Amino acid sequence: MCDTCGCNITPGNRKYAFKPVGGTTPVSVLKNLLAQNDNQAVHNRRHFDSQGILTINLMSSPGSGKTALLEATIDALKGEFRIGVIEGDLETENDAVRIRARGVPAYQITTGTACHLDAHMVHDALHHFPLAALDILFIENVGNLVCPASFDLGQHRNVILLSVTEGDDKPAKYPVMFRAADVVLITKSDLLAVLDDFDPARAESYLRHLASTAPVMRLSARNGAGLDAWLHWLRHELTLARARVSHGESVSPGVPLGGRSHEAAT
Amino acid sequence: MQLAEVAQGHGAQGVKSVRVSIGPLSGVEPQLLRDAYPIASAGSVAADATLLIEAAPIRVQCETCGAETEASPNRLLCGSCGDYHTRLLSGDELLLVSVELVM
Repeated sequence: MCDTCGCNITPGNRKYAFKPVGGTTPVSVLKNLLAQNDNQAVHNRRHFDSQGILTINLMSSPGSGKTALLEATIDALKGEFRIGVIEGDLETENDAVRIRARGVPAYQITTGTACHLDAHMVHDALHHFPLAALDILFIENVGNLVCPASFDLGQHRNVILLSVTEGDDKPAKYPVMFRAADVVLITKSDLLAVLDDFDPARAESYLRHLASTAPVMRLSARNGAGLDAWLHWLRHELTLARARVSHGESVSPGVPLGGRSHEAAT
Repeated sequence: MQLAEVAQGHGAQGVKSVRVSIGPLSGVEPQLLRDAYPIASAGSVAADATLLIEAAPIRVQCETCGAETEASPNRLLCGSCGDYHTRLLSGDELLLVSVELVM
């Protein structure tokens, strides 16, 4: 038995033979902490791209008019595009029922107590959809300006609503969310006449302070004012999405959710 | 989950420390992560590991004048010329930087 040829190493002591007992080894990882979600989101996005679908993630506070915007959008585009909607709420099928009443497929995710949708929930919902029969898929996230901003769902674009019944300083209060916007819609603009403390120019200025170049559109789902600019943006995005698909390319929201921009290239 | 993969991949017996980098624009609160860590790591390979959180500073680079400056979460303007056309250099990290493995 000697230290020269290694014949003193037995199955019982082998694990101590090549490493110092109790020693530690630092290992560099540099992976995003939400890698599990992000991998699923990449998978979802591939699904959408393979079917040539444009997927839009709608985020806002509760009650800012996401479902009303979808109703007005469906009414305007129903004859032009095939639309589907995934609804996220803690409880009830109410929103999905409203969307189905407009004649398009809707699937309701009820999250229980979870305050956001994640990529796995959306993936499960996709199994309930005729994806091949869609042009645009809207995902109406849980009404919340905090957590949804951290979870990539596989969407191509983030649309964030800010209603005039909220403060115009919302972008300053919720920078992580508003920074993620590809478009900001100032909704319920028909109420601006009576809610003169909401200044759309000030809201846009707070948004620019977040280094956001996202277009800001003012609209009212109730009286239809300003809807044309929104519909034009949607049509344009769908055209771009189809051009990308024909070149085998994809796109993610301008600002990646969950800090993915610093992930080590692996 | 990621820790278990790293530890297993290196044939480690345990994890001594875990280093993460969290930026103010990541959407994660360091103190809440600290509070949640013992619950999340219980029964895992990292149950006895120390959590080390590096606070990543917010830094932006101006696309107009090129300056690199510090910024705050809701004011990501160029600190030199004041333009809003800036690119985030750091501040939205949510990274598992490194782990110290017990071999």
